[in-house]
Amino acid sequence: MISVYHYMTVAAILFTIGTYGVLTRRNAIVIFMSIELMLNSVNLTFIAMSRHLNNMDGQIFVFFVMTVAAAEAAVGLGLMIAFYRNRESIDVEDINLLKW
Amino acid sequence: METILFYIVALIAVGSGLIVILSRSPVNSALGLVNTFFCLAVFYVMLYAPFMAAVQIMVYAGAIMVLILFVIMLLNLGSDAGKRFTHGVVWAAFASVLVLVNLLVFVKRGQVSGAQGDVTNAMVLDFGHTELIGKAMFTEFLLPFEIASILLLVAIVGAVILTKREV
Repeated sequence: MISVYHYMTVAAILFTIGTYGVLTRRNAIVIFMSIELMLNSVNLTFIAMSRHLNNMDGQIFVFFVMTVAAAEAAVGLGLMIAFYRNRESIDVEDINLLKW
Repeated sequence: METILFYIVALIAVGSGLIVILSRSPVNSALGLVNTFFCLAVFYVMLYAPFMAAVQIMVYAGAIMVLILFVIMLLNLGSDAGKRFTHGVVWAAFASVLVLVNLLVFVKRGQVSGAQGDVTNAMVLDFGHTELIGKAMFTEFLLPFEIASILLLVAIVGAVILTKREV
């Protein structure tokens, strides 16, 4: 029988993969996709826990996480296009104007 | 049967997640991410949340991934040059392993208590998941719902302003 802990473990592994992607990749779009992966693993945790506790609130929260992810996608990709227009690149190593 | 399905889907989800962060071409990463989203949708169906599965496929695999693929196409990104593929691998691996161990210990040792609701699986099958979600969202969570609409409006305006040629 599949318990809530199995789902939580899968979510933990996916979150770790997303963390590794954010920390290592240079391409801003891939970093963005890694962030989406992390958001999705948290969504899986929410829904597994919601079913485990017989409580609907977690699923409503997933709905709002999806809303925020959609808003983030629109603004983040707009930022990438604006940056590409200036620098001809979306490599995060080239985003260094405020670097100490 | 359910156990076998769970392990197969979990394996595909983790494998696609690895494709997202390890493949050289951003398009391959995007396709791996779509695969992960579908696997998560299968999980949601197994967790008696079919409406969330449908929303997952429509919003994530449909809307957000199309947006990302459009941007990849617009910027005409080829494969990364091998030299500039990754950076800080050692410390990143260390940090990720730390995060993973932390999460697994938390999952193993954590206690779930409180917030016990009354929505059982039978109730979901009886009323329908969409109806339960709608009832909760438009009564108990009406204010967050309205705030989310303002957030979406701000995101639309922000995206238009950011991508305008003459700012």
